[in-house]
Amino acid sequence: MMDGTKGFEDAQTGEQKIRNFNINFGPQHPAAHGVLRMVLELDGEIVERVDPHIGLLHRGTEKLMESRTYLQNLPYFDRLDYVGTMNQEHAWCLAIEKLTGVEVPRRASLIRVLYCEIGRILNHLLNVTTQALDVGALTPPLWGFEAREDLMIFYERACGARLHAAYFRPGGVHQDLPPELIDDIDAWAEKFPKVLDDIDELLTENRIFKQRNVDIGIITEEDILDWAYSGVMVRGSGLAWDLRRAQPYECYDEFDFQIPVGKNGDCYDRYLCRMEEMRQSAHIMRQACAKLREPENQGDVLARGKLTPPTRSDMKTSMEALIHHFKLYTEGFKVPEGHVYAAVEAPKGEFGVYLVSDGTNKPYRAKIRAPGYPHLQSMDHIGRGYQLADVSAILGSLDVVFGEIDR
Amino acid sequence: MTEALKDLGTHLELKRGDSVLGWEITLDELTVDVAPASLKGFVEFLKTDATCKFSTLVDITAVDYPGRAKRFDVIYHFLSMYQNQRIRLRMAVHEDEMVASITEVYPAANWFEREIFDMFGILFSGHPDLRRILTDYGFRGHPLRKDFPTTGYTEVRYDEVEKRVVYEPVKLVQEYRQFDFMSPWEGADYILPGDEKSEEAAK
Repeated sequence: MMDGTKGFEDAQTGEQKIRNFNINFGPQHPAAHGVLRMVLELDGEIVERVDPHIGLLHRGTEKLMESRTYLQNLPYFDRLDYVGTMNQEHAWCLAIEKLTGVEVPRRASLIRVLYCEIGRILNHLLNVTTQALDVGALTPPLWGFEAREDLMIFYERACGARLHAAYFRPGGVHQDLPPELIDDIDAWAEKFPKVLDDIDELLTENRIFKQRNVDIGIITEEDILDWAYSGVMVRGSGLAWDLRRAQPYECYDEFDFQIPVGKNGDCYDRYLCRMEEMRQSAHIMRQACAKLREPENQGDVLARGKLTPPTRSDMKTSMEALIHHFKLYTEGFKVPEGHVYAAVEAPKGEFGVYLVSDGTNKPYRAKIRAPGYPHLQSMDHIGRGYQLADVSAILGSLDVVFGEIDR
Repeated sequence: MTEALKDLGTHLELKRGDSVLGWEITLDELTVDVAPASLKGFVEFLKTDATCKFSTLVDITAVDYPGRAKRFDVIYHFLSMYQNQRIRLRMAVHEDEMVASITEVYPAANWFEREIFDMFGILFSGHPDLRRILTDYGFRGHPLRKDFPTTGYTEVRYDEVEKRVVYEPVKLVQEYRQFDFMSPWEGADYILPGDEKSEEAAK
């Protein structure tokens, strides 16, 4: 008799009790953008608590750096955020240059700006298109990666490596760019907005993309301050904060570019910001190329001295230069005692290096301040109350890369 | 820039003389030494005071000086997006001293403090969730202390026989290489055989 006369005791078994559901998101989830393990507590489809477990890619970069010379430490920065690599090297070089008081030659400074913007486009292309992938679109990554391939070839032509460049050096950049490369970059930057238009057409008014991103992961001004946001996370919510403009480093103050800001601070606005930033980056690249061609901006790309190696031709003729070269690549240069914090506007936000030097050839302590670290930390704060499927959309718009978060 | 920082330094010293132990400007950066006891109040002041408005906590980190009585320096970096200025707080703490957590003032301090606990073993009082963050589950020791070897103590591998991940003490095929390339005429202090005799003779 199933008419209820016996009561519903049979429904009281332990198995049928309603309880919150804990699931493991990652560490091998394709939408986790790397090795992130997130423990999600769900009430049905609604996220009640997010607990990100990080450190699965921890390589002890900061510890390793303490036993290597300043120059040997430079390539570690490529391995942090492996998407826009040169921007990280930039922070390290700026910290060393600030402590030693070295002035970077004009041409090197322009090349740095050029390649930092390439890094920004590399990063944003990856982020925008993989976010589309996270919410179900497969085509954008294929289109975006085609453009990334071109950019990585520019990396390769400048320094020989497609990702781990080690191109920026304390005191300048490793090698000068050949004129053909500058022409090619310029030509690419000219036609790049067309590629963006294509991606734009595919995504911006796409119904599914908007349904998955609009009003998801809204960030207010208070959140920005509480959770130490920087970069697009700030600009997406309407604050025009960009270190390139606010605290200009290198020669960004002479470039003409706009800072796009969002209105609502949701995932969709952050996507729009990134799209516009890429256009602005292409604009900066074209200006940098034009400046690099000017006759007054020719010349050396390294501040020759105790920090950088002598030229090859010098080494063939001068004993002094040969000794310098040998000492530089064995002992390395020494940095005066002191401490300094140098920050750059990396594609993901404020990337900073706090460097403590004790006057030897190795850093006493180097702390890497990665923008993704505080961003991911706030996952619990942003993610609460959204649905399980929104978690991957929010995570995508935070723009996390585990190389820099786990260090 | 330096002028503005100077004004800020004097302002802080004037208003919060009890917590500011001293301040200096090096390389266009303001560093304020604070007393651990008054940290939380001072940080709150930095956040709310109209001339400071240090709205964003950029970073918290620590530096280990094993030779000092107060072994660690805990370093705070703040940024004001409104005044466009930065400040650094430095606080010397004893190895067994608890540091007040500032998570109530800046929620973002949570992970930064967890990282310092993980890497240096400094404890934060009042922290809501002081677990290890970057190292492995069940890790022992605090890697960024200067007395922790770079090679670590344990290594991990997948064991084909036991069909699981096993932890073993570190076995190195060769000694961890640590070259000293300091200039012989600047860095190293060489004692040539026979030199000690001249010292004895001098006595």
